[in-house]
Amino acid sequence: MAREMPVPGASMQPDASRAGRLLHFYREMLRIRAFEEAAIRGMKEQLVLGAIHPSIGQEAVAVGVCANLEKDDIVLSTHRGHGHTLAKGAQLQPMMRELFGKEGGFCKGKGGSMHIADFSVGMLGANGVVGANIVIATGAAHAIKLRGSRQIVACFFGDGATNRGPFLEGLNWAAVNALPILFVCENNGFAATTRSSAMSAGAGPAARARSLGIVATDVDGNDVCEVDEAAAALVREVRNGAGPRFLHVRTYRLTGHTAADPASYRSQDEVEERLRQEPIGRLREWLLREHRVSVTALDEDARSIREAVAAAYADAREAPWPDAARAFEDVQDVGDPRQEAY
Amino acid sequence: MAVLTYLEASRQALIEEMRRDPSVWAVGEDLGRGGVFGQYKGLVEEFGAQRIADAPISEACIMGAATGAAMMGTRPVVEMRFSDFALCATDELVNQAAKARYMFGGQTRVPLVVRQPIGMWRSSAAQHSQSLEAWYAHIPGLVVVCPATPEDNKGLLKSAIRCDDPVVYMEHKLLWPLEGEVPDDDERLVPIGKARLARPGSDLTLVTWSATVHVALQAAALLSQAGIEVEVIDLRTLWPWDKSTVLESVARTRRLLVAHEAVSVAGFGAEIVATVCENLHGSLLAAPARVAAPRIHIGYAPSLEEQVRVTPKRLVDAATRLMQPTMEEIR
Repeated sequence: MAREMPVPGASMQPDASRAGRLLHFYREMLRIRAFEEAAIRGMKEQLVLGAIHPSIGQEAVAVGVCANLEKDDIVLSTHRGHGHTLAKGAQLQPMMRELFGKEGGFCKGKGGSMHIADFSVGMLGANGVVGANIVIATGAAHAIKLRGSRQIVACFFGDGATNRGPFLEGLNWAAVNALPILFVCENNGFAATTRSSAMSAGAGPAARARSLGIVATDVDGNDVCEVDEAAAALVREVRNGAGPRFLHVRTYRLTGHTAADPASYRSQDEVEERLRQEPIGRLREWLLREHRVSVTALDEDARSIREAVAAAYADAREAPWPDAARAFEDVQDVGDPRQEAY
Repeated sequence: MAVLTYLEASRQALIEEMRRDPSVWAVGEDLGRGGVFGQYKGLVEEFGAQRIADAPISEACIMGAATGAAMMGTRPVVEMRFSDFALCATDELVNQAAKARYMFGGQTRVPLVVRQPIGMWRSSAAQHSQSLEAWYAHIPGLVVVCPATPEDNKGLLKSAIRCDDPVVYMEHKLLWPLEGEVPDDDERLVPIGKARLARPGSDLTLVTWSATVHVALQAAALLSQAGIEVEVIDLRTLWPWDKSTVLESVARTRRLLVAHEAVSVAGFGAEIVATVCENLHGSLLAAPARVAAPRIHIGYAPSLEEQVRVTPKRLVDAATRLMQPTMEEIR
């Protein structure tokens, strides 16, 4: 059994030191990075069968936002959703099993990477359709408002989604109804394999949100502290009933669109330049320099995280496929295909 | 028993279900003003603007938000005004609502009802007249309901609201003023998936649903005068559909006619004919027949609209052809 890292917030006592919070970010980002690297290895070894969309380089977005959410808050994610899921508190083992399509996966092997979800931690699903999660997240926030609870929704989507209709429809709806939702536009510069700047008119995602009267903040998404501080302020406002808020996070996708995409549409120089700004290295440097955390301590963290991910990988490799008859379950009650599928 | 219109019956159903279950709410354009046909008249006064929620003209968001709200444990009743407009929310219904339970391995359910009125009505032309029920019958995860009478529109809407699966609920616009007796009992539910024997007969089985049921009954009365007794089955639900009632009837009459307002090609009638052939091939006295719309658009002018309409005459002609004696019978 893989040793699990603590869920976000669990290690964050109110009196925890600044260094403690940053160390937590470091571990969480490493956990995502290690998971993504294992997933890519799984694809190469033909254990992960379908497409995966790694979030390597974007870990600070998931971690910086989710660190400010409560366990019963809701997250909606994208096709590039491993990081959001882990940052919201999902465990490695059922997640890896789902990527491998195995028994005991979060979705019983029915969803895979693109439909990863862990409702027990409020992660209501990745989505294979760009932008489709925005209106679903809006509805989740609408239900929270109907119910009158203190929960909020954080909805992650990419820059590509801002050119889809549901982006306008969802943001407008959330603003009109003053819903408790934080929209997080994770701008990695690419809509699939095309630069989004070439395909997008106007002054960018934050300007589009502001045009609807939604307060928007724009941050460097490779600086986890900046994401954390901005998210903290916006989450507080959303939870206090201010209505929707918008966080535009500039980051960079260090891999291709999918793990199989060599990303030949950009230069190696560009990638190397961006690699120097990736969030984990930046935070590590900061911890060593400003907080005098020892290299040994950080390396020990990294080692134990990699061990936990490796254990989840080994577990998923050995786990059985779901029983074939399960294909007929979880479809519908009325007209249940176990009785009539034809 | 009270005499209610088809429209009022649905309004009563929603009122009763909203009183019974506080998690039920309705969302769509113009609901606070009663809805485009008046199906929601007076509801905002009783339930408030939170539970009778007005929406912008954002079909994708109405459908997607209802999906998200259903995943959070509420039971939204979605109003799409016209089934034609629901096409703006196809991803949300087909890719999201219908699949969420399966894709997420049973971690969630999507208990919503999407009302999408169908059918030709007042020269509404090509974008306000379609009957697209077969599209949704094709999608795993969805339930498809097409009530034909006031009694069924009350009992089936109540069942749909209580159903834990997403239900595509297709009322026919032409039927809104149709009057009929409706039981007063709040707990009188019409089960999803059970057909209704609209008229018993021994010579031929005519399977149909929605407004075409009433056309079929007119045709059956005419045919009876000519000595042909038609059994009319109102399917009421397209998925799941009541195969056993249809097969039992055709096993007796040995002749099948299917009629629907939607386009014939790849329509749900084809599914019914195929199923009957697969099960009763040897015992049929004639090849099953379909009467439905040709694969053309619905025109505005009455003369054009008439080309797609299923009429009593078309049904009488088809039934008469089906009743031609076979060589076997002549010998």
